[in-house]
Amino acid sequence: MNEEELVEYFRAQMRKDPDMASAVAAIRTLLEFLKRDKGETILGLRESLKWATDCLTGEDSSVAVSSGGELFLRFISLTSLEHQDLSRCKKVMEERGELFLEKISMSRTKVAKLCHTFIKDGAKILTHSYSRVVLRVLEKAAAEKKRFSVYVTESQPDSAGRQMAEALRKLNVPVTVVLDAAVGYVLEKVDLVIVGAEGVVESGGIINKIGTYQMAVCSKAHNKPFYVVAESFKFVRLYPLNQQDVPDKFKIYCDFHLFITTFSEHSWRSCWCRVRRCSSLSALTQTT
Amino acid sequence: MADAGEPEGPERKDDIVKAKQEGKELTKEEKQRLRKEKKQQKKSKEKKDDKPSRDSEKEKKPASAASPAPQTPTQPPAQKAPSAAPAPVPVPASETPSAADKPAKSKAELKAERRARQEAERASKGKKGDVGPQAAPGKPKAPPSELQPVVKRLPEHVQVDNPEVLKKLAKKLERQQTPEYNAATKVKIPLRSDYGYKVSLFSHLHQYSRKAPLTQQLGIPSTVIHPAIVRLGLQYSQGIVAGSNARSVALLHAFKQVIRDYTTPPNEELSRDLVNRLKPYISFLNQCRPLSASMGNAIKYIKKEISNIPSQCKEEEAKRKLLNCIDCYINEKIVLAAKAIAKYSIEKISDGDVILVYGCSSLVNHILCEAFEKNRKFRVIVVDSRPRLEGREALRRLVQKGINCTYVLISAVSYILPEVSKVFLGAHALLANGYVMSRVGTSQIALVAKAFNVPVLVCCETYKFCERVQTDSFVSNELDDPDDLIVTRTGTTQLEHWQEVPSLGLLNLVYDVTPPDFVDLVITDLGMIPCTSVPVVLRVKNVDQ
Repeated sequence: MNEEELVEYFRAQMRKDPDMASAVAAIRTLLEFLKRDKGETILGLRESLKWATDCLTGEDSSVAVSSGGELFLRFISLTSLEHQDLSRCKKVMEERGELFLEKISMSRTKVAKLCHTFIKDGAKILTHSYSRVVLRVLEKAAAEKKRFSVYVTESQPDSAGRQMAEALRKLNVPVTVVLDAAVGYVLEKVDLVIVGAEGVVESGGIINKIGTYQMAVCSKAHNKPFYVVAESFKFVRLYPLNQQDVPDKFKIYCDFHLFITTFSEHSWRSCWCRVRRCSSLSALTQTT
Repeated sequence: MADAGEPEGPERKDDIVKAKQEGKELTKEEKQRLRKEKKQQKKSKEKKDDKPSRDSEKEKKPASAASPAPQTPTQPPAQKAPSAAPAPVPVPASETPSAADKPAKSKAELKAERRARQEAERASKGKKGDVGPQAAPGKPKAPPSELQPVVKRLPEHVQVDNPEVLKKLAKKLERQQTPEYNAATKVKIPLRSDYGYKVSLFSHLHQYSRKAPLTQQLGIPSTVIHPAIVRLGLQYSQGIVAGSNARSVALLHAFKQVIRDYTTPPNEELSRDLVNRLKPYISFLNQCRPLSASMGNAIKYIKKEISNIPSQCKEEEAKRKLLNCIDCYINEKIVLAAKAIAKYSIEKISDGDVILVYGCSSLVNHILCEAFEKNRKFRVIVVDSRPRLEGREALRRLVQKGINCTYVLISAVSYILPEVSKVFLGAHALLANGYVMSRVGTSQIALVAKAFNVPVLVCCETYKFCERVQTDSFVSNELDDPDDLIVTRTGTTQLEHWQEVPSLGLLNLVYDVTPPDFVDLVITDLGMIPCTSVPVVLRVKNVDQ
């Protein structure tokens, strides 16, 4: 499978299900690549998988794709590969890959199941921009007959917040769109803040759409709980010391819209326990 | 009262005898009791040996009239506790399975005796108002009056202000004679005496003078301590070999020399005898300068390797294996670890950085030199502090490489910090609760850096991780020679006669601990970890071993 086929397959997966996380599509692509690979050695197989991950990262430079690819590789080789012949090893790896894919496809559901209990009846929630995981959590909470209202930030420059508001209106949840600059104004009214994440870094912090850091610092100042919901394949091997330390490729993400992601540094320090709690919750979805 | 234990005794004894006679199998309880009796018999035999020496010591002390004479029961069969105990001794009678046999005493009675003795000694000490043989010259200290009857035992090196413990330590060192075939030439490891007035918060630590090295107290021919070890001890105590890595490497090299010169005595096994031989050397080095965490880990490793030598291994081969092990350890844990850490650190150093370093850490210097060779453009600010002024050595090494450096003293650190983009610190040890133990002044720098939001990176090899837990710098530290503080840069010595001023104390601390909130990142040979992941690394290492 060469580069164009790889990219084409990836794009096809994304088109098929726009609700699917790009990392899941990437992992599906990698699994297909593994099945079609004609390598002769395990080491060669690993090398080509790494190359495939790099290609996909070039296509879709979000943090989750690179972290997902690495975790996929790690998961499938985390077993005894002592078999004599290569085809058996490959079979084992493919089985593990299917298992991994199955688990992570269910990850959003699991996160929603664990997280909706944090939303109490009558709660006012603040969220940032459009996150499918947060949407799933709120759907689940609504299905559990909880009454809550949501404030969404507009999240310029692409106004993704409006998309989120639309989706929430369909669920009959009372939603208000606020300006990004109005976060400090609105925080005294809300009970909790829930955001998604592009990536979760080794120091415990998160990488997310720009504006999240401000929200985290303000919510700390107001002593409001700040929750992050993220699937476990978003855990990436980065340890940024400050905003500048995040590699540029994760900061600019071009996929028809212009995203600029940023890193919530002090949120990890100030609300570290809470960020940690939520990401450990989503980690429970992935028992490898 | 202790006598309460008495009437139980004969009853229990009868029970057991009955059981035996009836041929019943002894219940678990009875078996336990039998085991305890045997232990107490052994103890009473030991007590017989100890008592004569203790008695002679007590006679030397002027026994004050009011305090009841510590009646050390010289005859083990005396079943009564010394009733002349000054304070009522609560006997935990419930927990004592009493000894049934005549010669052994019940546990309660032994405990009561020990407590009575302690109380008596304390009372006699209080009367004298003196501290004992280890009193500092010319400085009367308040007698340790707040000592409660301790049930928990503190480790001995933390009880420097308790002369009883010091005496015990001295005796232990005496007993730690180097094994010789000829038992007549036994040499004791001398106990180094404290120097000068110690500040009360640190009175539980040793404070030695550099002008009185331990070797002066060793007899000439000090052939029972290997000369390489004597030399090493001197190098430590005079400060010639300083720095965590340097001390560990020097220690390992000295041990290599010891192993090379070692011959197994007949009828002994190398694996056991060599370990016993190393014990007095380690005590000697500990007296010269307290062991560091890295040295402790190295010694543990060597002892483990020695005891793992199979008994059928020939001596030459065993020695070769051991020397090889030591070389591997140095290579893996120190040299290669430094390379790995440099590789990770270089990712964190970007062009245009202003890096602040404190003191002279061999690892941090190595990292900076490597980064410079990889053509990173940065400049360094070296912070230094008295009295060691180690920063000068670091400055010399960096400038030699051609790195752009600035030199300030620690008092200027808040002035210079707005310019700094990162702080790199070395560590003496990383404790199990995430605290970083390093040269005194490090926590100050970390604190100020945190206030300025400057990231603090600590570089530390994994062999310096230690199981200890500490939250402050008082509990366990090292006190250096206070005379170092006397001389100032201009050569004036106003403090020269500090010992004559009764209200003056000089404190020369060596280490301090930095809490993990001030440290952003720890770079180890295993990768970049947050400070709180240290116990995870320790757990993984223990599993590996």
